[in-house]
Amino acid sequence: MSQISINHDEVDIVIGALQLDLKSFMEEWRPVFSLFHLIIVKDPDLKGELEIPAGFNFDLYTKSDIDGVVGSSSNAISFSGYSCRYFGYLMSRKKYIISIDDDCIPARDSAGNFVDAVSQHITNLSTPATPFFFNTLYDPFCKGADFVRGYPFSLRSGVDCGLSCGLWLNLADLDAPTQALKPELRNTRYVDAVLTVPARTMMPVSGINISFNRELVGPALLPAFRLAKEGNLRWETVEDIWTGMCVKVVCDQLRLGVKSGLPYVWRKERGDAIESLKKEWEGVKLMEDVVPFFQSLRLSTSAATAEDCLSEIAAVVKEQLAPANPVFARAAETMVEWVKLWKRVQTQ
Amino acid sequence: MAGATVKPTPLLKDELDIVIPTIRNLDFLEMWRPFFEQYHLIIVQDGDPSKIIKVPEGFDYELYNRNDINRILGPKASCISFKDSACRCFGYMVSKKKYIYTIDDDCFVAKDPSGKDINALEQHIKNLLCPSTPHFFNTLYDPYREGADFVRGYPFSLREGVPTAVSHGLWLNIPDYDAPTQLVKPRERNTRYVDAVLTIPKGTIFPMCGMNLAFNRDLIGPAMYFGLMGDGQPIGRYDDMWAGWCTKVICDHLGLGVKTGLPYIWHSKASNPFVNLKKEYKGIFWQEEIIPFFQSVNLSKECTTVQHCYIELAKQVKDKLSQVDPYFTKLADAMVTWIEAWDELNPSGDDSAKPANGTAK
Repeated sequence: MSQISINHDEVDIVIGALQLDLKSFMEEWRPVFSLFHLIIVKDPDLKGELEIPAGFNFDLYTKSDIDGVVGSSSNAISFSGYSCRYFGYLMSRKKYIISIDDDCIPARDSAGNFVDAVSQHITNLSTPATPFFFNTLYDPFCKGADFVRGYPFSLRSGVDCGLSCGLWLNLADLDAPTQALKPELRNTRYVDAVLTVPARTMMPVSGINISFNRELVGPALLPAFRLAKEGNLRWETVEDIWTGMCVKVVCDQLRLGVKSGLPYVWRKERGDAIESLKKEWEGVKLMEDVVPFFQSLRLSTSAATAEDCLSEIAAVVKEQLAPANPVFARAAETMVEWVKLWKRVQTQ
Repeated sequence: MAGATVKPTPLLKDELDIVIPTIRNLDFLEMWRPFFEQYHLIIVQDGDPSKIIKVPEGFDYELYNRNDINRILGPKASCISFKDSACRCFGYMVSKKKYIYTIDDDCFVAKDPSGKDINALEQHIKNLLCPSTPHFFNTLYDPYREGADFVRGYPFSLREGVPTAVSHGLWLNIPDYDAPTQLVKPRERNTRYVDAVLTIPKGTIFPMCGMNLAFNRDLIGPAMYFGLMGDGQPIGRYDDMWAGWCTKVICDHLGLGVKTGLPYIWHSKASNPFVNLKKEYKGIFWQEEIIPFFQSVNLSKECTTVQHCYIELAKQVKDKLSQVDPYFTKLADAMVTWIEAWDELNPSGDDSAKPANGTAK
């Protein structure tokens, strides 16, 4: 892990609060979170007062704030459940945003050291990515590593990193059928690597532990894809998977990088995979269409900003996927509304 | 879905050959004895054929020097490099086994973070025997490894994976750097043990290192030509790179997978960076053109075998890269010679011409 000096003023940590009691979550993260400005967004469907310990510098947004800002768009865009964090992204004015689910605590690496996930995310975002050719020694900008023999020199300066996807020890981000089939499966493998996901390669981005460069890709992190029976457990959503693919398409188009790997967080038990399975496997089934769609998506050369890209993606979704399922039609509409909202809020 | 039980890895001792190019001696085999002793070795002796290479007692092997290569291939021997470890591909051609493991004679057994010796061959076999996932990236790396699986969002229709053609291992200690990097960082050592195997996505090419490499000879063997390097050639140290680029393009076309990551070996010798620079120098310029070439290669749907793909690739090399340097005309011709020699030594009706899934992508 290279030591980058972080300008704390450039970072917002956005926390989507899906439970009222944030005390243990925030105490665990105190050594790290207390150094930064936090944006806490309360799930608008959650009733009651949030319990937030003292000693943090934060702004809190609740349903009334969301309604106030979003106004007439509130028909198309829902911020409930995991989507509440997107309101935090909308409100932020910082360069880097880091977001971690409220059921995750800091992990420890193989040597037993506390993993500063925020610092690693910032390192990932502020060092170049290398999407145009694969480096077999993973991140070449990491201390102790470099580009290997055979790596073209013209590609060695890399490109800006737009998105950094972290991983999870203990409870990995598996879907409900997989976790139900293997209830004892825990991720204990600490893979000491960050790598750039190659250009035009699609991947499932998990929203559990991510960060991004808001200035470069901000609008692409959007709350568009809601399942009909979306719930409050990750097993009951795929909104982040959809968003992640939009971000990857945007990054590929704008020649930005997406990294995956470190940092790890420790994800705790919440919910029952089998209970989630009793709802339809809606998300799982929809992926069969979503993945090939994004893999074959090509944007026009004139799409030069994240907003342009999203508008084009929305149009193609409406044309190609919407006829098959209303969830896609709603996603396309929401994307269009979101881009308008983003532009409006950002210029205020 | 990935299996939950841990089955012992089969030895495959009658299905796998270990190919070792050497010019000095094979003392390094002593350290590998517990892991290699049960396997058949194919030793390709480069350099002076009159030198006697001592093979440690107890190993079952066949050895080929330059005289043997000339005798067996006749005029086609021109495609096999001399005074370069690229000659190792002759070993792939004469092997009759399904799997090949190739390793350099300055590579030793590494230790994992717990201090245990790494059985590199066993890990390569595991990699080759279980599927790859080139069509969609799994963020938890190899989903078939114990303790891992496919993540949420990974389509079920893609979870069977595709057959694995290549397993590319890595190196602790001396990293595989090019000469300029070696000159700037002579002391850098790779001490990071990254506990992952991952599939290189379809459409992505990579720098393949031949130091610690295994492949399914039936699926991809003819693509593993290590090019024209060394004596009489304008370039060296690009043999494995060339094979890797050709192999990956063909694997992508035929729906086969390439994995990289574990196992690690311990690379003990840093070759002389000034010597390396002289060998690589042209390659450093040429790779700027070669990479875009491979990234945009399109093989026709009619190419359903590795040999077909390779011949078509050779044509495209001649058409598009000859303008970079006349060397590529020679290389394209040598690629064709290689396939002719391969087919002669491995007549059809034999496994090596078997297409992977039957349909080219």
